[in-house]
Amino acid sequence: MVRFIFRRLLQVIPVFLGTTLLVYYMVFALPGDPIAALFGDRQPPQSVIDALRAQYNLDQPFWVQYGLFIKNLFTFNLGVDFTQQPIADSLARAFPVTAMLAIEALIIQAVFGIAFGVFAGLKKGKLFDSTVLVVSLLVIAVPTFVLGFVFQLVFGVQLGWAKPTVGANADWGNLILPAVVLGLVSFAYVLRLTRASVSENMNADYVRTATAKGLSRPRVVVAHILRNSLIPVVTYLGANLGGLMGGAIVTEGIFNVPGVGNKLFQAIARSEGPTIVAIVSVLVLVFVITNLLVDLLYAWLDPRIRYDQ
Amino acid sequence: MRFSRTSKALGVAAIIALAATGCGGGGGSNTNSSAATDPNKVISAYSNEPQNPLLPANTNEVYGGRVVELLFEGLRAYDSDGKPVNALAESIETTDSQNWTIKVKPGAKFTNGEAITAKTFVDSWNFAALSTNLQNNGFFFESIEGYADVSAVTETTSADGKKTSTPAPTAQTMSGLAATDDQTITVKLAQPEADWSLRLGYSAFYPLPSEALKDPKKFGENPIGNGPYKFEKEGAWVHDQSISLVKNADYTGPRAAKNGGVTFKFYTDPGPAYTDLQADNLDITDVVPSNALKTYTTDFPDRNSTRPNANNATLNIPGYNPNFQGEAGLLRRQALSHAINREEITKVIFNGTRTPATEFTAPVLDGYNDAIPGSDVLKFDAQKAKDLWAQAEKIKPYDGSKPLLIASNTDGGNKEWIDAVANGFKNNLGIQAEIQPFAKFAEVLDLRKSQSLPGLTRAGWQGDYPSLYNFLGPVWATNASSNYEKYSNPEFDKLLKEGLAAKTPEDANKKFNEAQEILFKDLPGLPLWYRATPIVWSNNVVSAETGWNGGIRYFDIEAK
Repeated sequence: MVRFIFRRLLQVIPVFLGTTLLVYYMVFALPGDPIAALFGDRQPPQSVIDALRAQYNLDQPFWVQYGLFIKNLFTFNLGVDFTQQPIADSLARAFPVTAMLAIEALIIQAVFGIAFGVFAGLKKGKLFDSTVLVVSLLVIAVPTFVLGFVFQLVFGVQLGWAKPTVGANADWGNLILPAVVLGLVSFAYVLRLTRASVSENMNADYVRTATAKGLSRPRVVVAHILRNSLIPVVTYLGANLGGLMGGAIVTEGIFNVPGVGNKLFQAIARSEGPTIVAIVSVLVLVFVITNLLVDLLYAWLDPRIRYDQ
Repeated sequence: MRFSRTSKALGVAAIIALAATGCGGGGGSNTNSSAATDPNKVISAYSNEPQNPLLPANTNEVYGGRVVELLFEGLRAYDSDGKPVNALAESIETTDSQNWTIKVKPGAKFTNGEAITAKTFVDSWNFAALSTNLQNNGFFFESIEGYADVSAVTETTSADGKKTSTPAPTAQTMSGLAATDDQTITVKLAQPEADWSLRLGYSAFYPLPSEALKDPKKFGENPIGNGPYKFEKEGAWVHDQSISLVKNADYTGPRAAKNGGVTFKFYTDPGPAYTDLQADNLDITDVVPSNALKTYTTDFPDRNSTRPNANNATLNIPGYNPNFQGEAGLLRRQALSHAINREEITKVIFNGTRTPATEFTAPVLDGYNDAIPGSDVLKFDAQKAKDLWAQAEKIKPYDGSKPLLIASNTDGGNKEWIDAVANGFKNNLGIQAEIQPFAKFAEVLDLRKSQSLPGLTRAGWQGDYPSLYNFLGPVWATNASSNYEKYSNPEFDKLLKEGLAAKTPEDANKKFNEAQEILFKDLPGLPLWYRATPIVWSNNVVSAETGWNGGIRYFDIEAK
């Protein structure tokens, strides 16, 4: 078990170097001088531009730039972004907001997705099942930005149940609306995965045995059917959490959530290499850790799975 | 199957959206005129994260600029029509347009109690101009004698031919600038400039308290000023979220706040701000998203305004393009201008938020003249365009092997009007024309700076201070800072210089408009239109308006 975790963590190093190198190069290869672009039609004296270029190492060849970035990264110095704010500070502001949003969305999709999925799976072919299937298909079919705008307009502007945007007041309550929008699409997938898995396991031998033993229906459903049906669902949710932490650029944009997605969007618009790579670096870590957690969950869900040969 | 479901779902969503907007349309108007105003109400306004620490001479973008303008007060301020009025200045006098004597009002203070004297201004200006301080707006002091010494740079060329300029000032202060006593500033300009005092209301000329000069970066996080507003508290700038300003009770100048404060909320996109306004969750915005340009007057009945401001757009034709050189080139430039239907494009594509251009500056400026000789070339005339083009063909055939490209970034909604302009060229001149799209402004700028545009480019200018010269000098004078296409005509330069040396602003404007006649003869760019800024406000606001430069006059907003 420990060896397994250790081995997985070791894999982070090449993944980390590979992704940062790739992303850094892509930003480097973007056309246009990002410093000159900061000023628009009215350019400051060339000496100001040159000083800024030197500050961000933009006057250096690619390998020097990347090397300096990695060197600074290992001394926990992420540098400053194009607004002269320390990148570490802005990440420290953005990540908790996105984490809150992601967790809220994850809870919504997990709780409702699994609950509806189990009921639909148990009552396969009945009215409830068909309704749920149609509705979930609709949800999958509607793009997030449409859902976002409609929810914002209906619940935020017309009914006034929630503030239309989040802005500076990013707390659990204000994040519900974007979390619902963000969670809805995956909710439909979770529901469908759970339903398929449950309806398949319902006819398994061990379920018949458990029922024959005289176990109560709730116990059969929760301890035998559900637990065995969760493996694909957990895999999906785990991968999804990584994605959610990457910041939902569209959802965060619509609801003006000051999270990672918004930050990333702005950084890309400004060709701000260091910020983009810093965000991506953190995301790599998040992905690796959530995937590791998912793998560890497998053993708990299915004791037959072992990690050390 | 899947497609039909998708479209059905979209249809349902659209119906919900339509129904939702439909029921909101009626209520909410007509309520704001009757209510009394609350002078202590804090209003919230659309903005975004400023790009630099909040130092006046370092702030040259809108989001920082609007905060700086509220935090500080200069020698002069601009009224809503762009007329400069004295603020901290008691008098500004000159007899020869070159030597200026400015009397500073006694008793003015920063909010930390520090007195503002003539020396405060001299120190602040010297700080801003000194090249080692790397202030973005340092070049605003270029007219003052001695600026060349404090702004000097050395250029080094590396092995691979890249040029780098490093600040290397030969003096620390400008020789033409002095404080003769506590109340008197004397300024000697390098050459006479009749309209020099017009720029004294611009933010680069604001005074700075002494602590700003000691640690500018730290000061810029929590600036202390002398304007109609001040920071609500230390740390009122919450990065990526908001800046909170409150009324400065000690302020006595011409821009007294009619509300209790302004909280700038940051949005990365104007769309959500517009939605917030519909729910009264935000009080005012000066950026109406492009998809709402057709509806903002009905979404916010009686709560919108669209006022023209000093901001123009042109289509520049680089002189290095072989198709547009010589006599044939001039005829072609005229033909292009006649082939653009400015009237229709401003109406149909911009919904009246632009007005067709009649010259190279802007109508809100003092001295504006809509009948400058040669300005007929801006009238849409398909037949004339064809004739001129045919004439040019006789002199030298047009190289039409590649379509005529119009370079522009497409992230700011420029594609629609450029398509319309290109279609005008196609239909009226029979040439191929299309947009040369770029994802980012920086890419276009690179091409312009390196003189390698394959075709035309869009350009624009927003005034820094209300003066005709500000629209002509930096853009069209030989080697001027924003003259990327390197237009040069000694006669034009001479007239500008004469205008600057004129004894009165009226004489100066006459010369500047004569200089514009040269521009109309040469047509280095085609004036397109002037901008008006649509703003909308919430039910909490009673009235609001934009100033000469299109910025909201936040201190004038009355709320309830």
